Amino acid sequence: MVRSFLIKSYTFLIYFFLYAPILILMIFSFNNSKSRGNWDGFTLKWYAELFQDSQIASALYYTLLVAVLSSLIATILGTLAAIGINNMRGLPKMITLNVTYLPLLSPDIVMGVSLMLLFIFIKLQLGFLTMLFAHITFNLPFVVFSVLPKLRQLSNETYDAALDLGATPFEAYKKVILPQISPGIVTGFLLAFTMSFDDFVVSFFTTGSGVSNLAIEIYSMARRGINPKINALLTLMFICIMLLLLIVNYRMSKDSNKETDVKIIK
Amino acid sequence: MKRRFLVRLVIGFLLVGMVLTLSGCGSSDKPKLHVYNWGDYIDESVIKEFEKEYNVDVIYEEFATNEEMYVKIKAGTANYDVAIPSDYMITKMINEGLLHKINLDNIPNYELIDDRFKNLAFDPNNEYSVPYMWGTVGIIYNKKMVQEPVDSWKILWDEKYSKKILMLDSQRDSIGVALKMLGYSLNSKDPKELNEAKEMLIKQKPLLLAYVGDEVKDKMIGNEAALAVVWSGDAVYMKRENPDLEYVIPKEGSNIWFDSMVIPKTSQNKELAEKFINFMCSTDVAYRNADYIGYSTPHKEVIKMLPQELTSDPSYYPAEGDLQNSEVFEDLSDVLAIYDKIWTEVKSE
Repeated sequence: MVRSFLIKSYTFLIYFFLYAPILILMIFSFNNSKSRGNWDGFTLKWYAELFQDSQIASALYYTLLVAVLSSLIATILGTLAAIGINNMRGLPKMITLNVTYLPLLSPDIVMGVSLMLLFIFIKLQLGFLTMLFAHITFNLPFVVFSVLPKLRQLSNETYDAALDLGATPFEAYKKVILPQISPGIVTGFLLAFTMSFDDFVVSFFTTGSGVSNLAIEIYSMARRGINPKINALLTLMFICIMLLLLIVNYRMSKDSNKETDVKIIK
Repeated sequence: MKRRFLVRLVIGFLLVGMVLTLSGCGSSDKPKLHVYNWGDYIDESVIKEFEKEYNVDVIYEEFATNEEMYVKIKAGTANYDVAIPSDYMITKMINEGLLHKINLDNIPNYELIDDRFKNLAFDPNNEYSVPYMWGTVGIIYNKKMVQEPVDSWKILWDEKYSKKILMLDSQRDSIGVALKMLGYSLNSKDPKELNEAKEMLIKQKPLLLAYVGDEVKDKMIGNEAALAVVWSGDAVYMKRENPDLEYVIPKEGSNIWFDSMVIPKTSQNKELAEKFINFMCSTDVAYRNADYIGYSTPHKEVIKMLPQELTSDPSYYPAEGDLQNSEVFEDLSDVLAIYDKIWTEVKSE
C-alpha cells in the first residue's frame, strides 16, 4: 500500500518537474503584465496580438515546413545510407561512420558558420533552400544512428530467404527489411523533427531573404525580453500536440481492441 | 491499409510543401528593401506603411546580438539595405569598410534629431549612421531595501547588501562598471587599469545574487534584490511595474549607448535605404516607434510629443549634467582578447 503510494508520488514528482515550467509558461500567457514577477489580471490580449503578428506567423510556417521536409528527406536518405553502411566492411566503413559522426560532435556554431561559408562559396543565395539543406545535413546522422542498430539486429538470412522465395531485391527490402527496422526509422524521423524544430544557431547563419524560424524569432527577443505573445503561441502549440497525441492514442487503442474482437470470433 | 494511407499523406505533404516553396520563388516585381534589426525593436505597422507608401516589399529580419549581425554582414551573405547595430559595432564596421557613406541631403528629417545626439565619438560627422534609439546604463534600486542615497557605483560593493546585488551578464557593461567605479574610462586599454577592474569584480562576486540578463527585470519587480545594473529602457519598464524602484546614473559617469541606422556596402538599393531612414526619422513614425519600444528617442519633436511625466523622468531623458562623465563604447578590437580573458576569469571564479 505504502509502496505503491510512494511509487506513484515519485512518478508524479518527476512529471511535475518536467511539466511545471510549461505550466507556468501557459499561465503567464494570460497575464496582463509583461513581467513574470507580477500578476496583473487575466487577459486574452496576447492571443489577440499573436494573431495579428505576421512576422511570427511566417516564422511558425517556416519552422513547421522546414522541420517536416528536412526530417522526411533526411529519413529517406538516412535509411538508405544506413542500409549501405551496414553492408560495408573494414576501412571504408570506419571512415564513413566517423564522417557521419562529425555533425553530431561539432558545436552548432561551427556547423552554422561553415555551412554559411559553403553556401557563399558556391554562390547560392541564402534563404529557404539553404536553411533546408542545412537542416537535412545535421539531421542525417540522427537518422543513420537510429536505423543502424536495428539493421545490426537483423539476421542476414531473412533477406536471403526472401530472395530465395522469389522476391526482387527491392521487394525484399520493402516487404521484409523495412518493416523490421521501422521502429528505428520512426525514432530517427522524430529525433530529426525535434532537432530541426528546435534549432537556432545553424538556422540563423544559413537563412536569409526574410526567411526566419521560431527559434530565431524568440532568440532575437533576448535583449528586449520575451514578449508574452510567445507564451500564447507556445500554449496553443502545446494544446495542439496534446490533442494530437490523445487522438492518435485513442485510435491506436481502438485498433488493438478490434484485433482482440477478431480473435474471439475465430 | 493504414500504412498506404500514411504513405500517401506523406507524399502529398511533400508535394504541397514543394509547390508552396517553389511558388514562393516567383516573387513580385516590386523593389525590395532588406532591413536587419534587433528583435521586437520596431512598431510593425510602420513597416506596412512604408511598403504601401513607396510601393516596395520590405524583407525584415532580426538578430539577437551585434556580433551575430556582424558575422552575417561581413560574410556578404544577404544584401541588407539597412541595419541597426550598436555604437561600438558601427565603429568596427566603419574601420573595416563595411558601410556606405550616407548622403544626408537625401535625409531631410535628419535635422529633427537633437543636436546633442549628433557627431558622437563612434561616428564623428555622422557620415555612416543616423541615430535610432539611445539609453544609459545605471543602477536601479529598491527604495524600501536601500535607505541611503544612491549616487556611486561603489554601493554595488557594499557588504550591507550582500546577496542582494545583481550585475549584468554582459562583458563590456560589467567590466565598464568596475572601470568607472575606479575612476577610469570604460574604454580603457591599459592592462594595469583592466587588472584592477578584474580584481574588483572578483572581490564583488561573493556579494552578488547573480549575473543576469533579461531576468533582472522580473527579479527587481519581484523584490528579490535590492540593487541591479540595468539599461535605462528596462528601468522605465521596471519602475512602471514596481513603484518602489528608482533609477540613477552614478556620479562617476556611466555608459550611453546608441543604436543607429546604417547602410551596409552589400546594399543593392542605396537610394531606397536612404528613403527608409528618412521615413524612420519622420515625426509620426519616430513617435510610434518610441511609444512601442519604450526606449529614449533622439528625435526633438517626438520628445516634445511624449507625456511630460516621461520626458521629465531622468531615467528616460537625463539632463546634460547627469551625462557629464558618461562615455560611449568604443571599438576595442585590439584589446578584446584581454577583456575576454578577464571576463572568463571573473565568471569562473
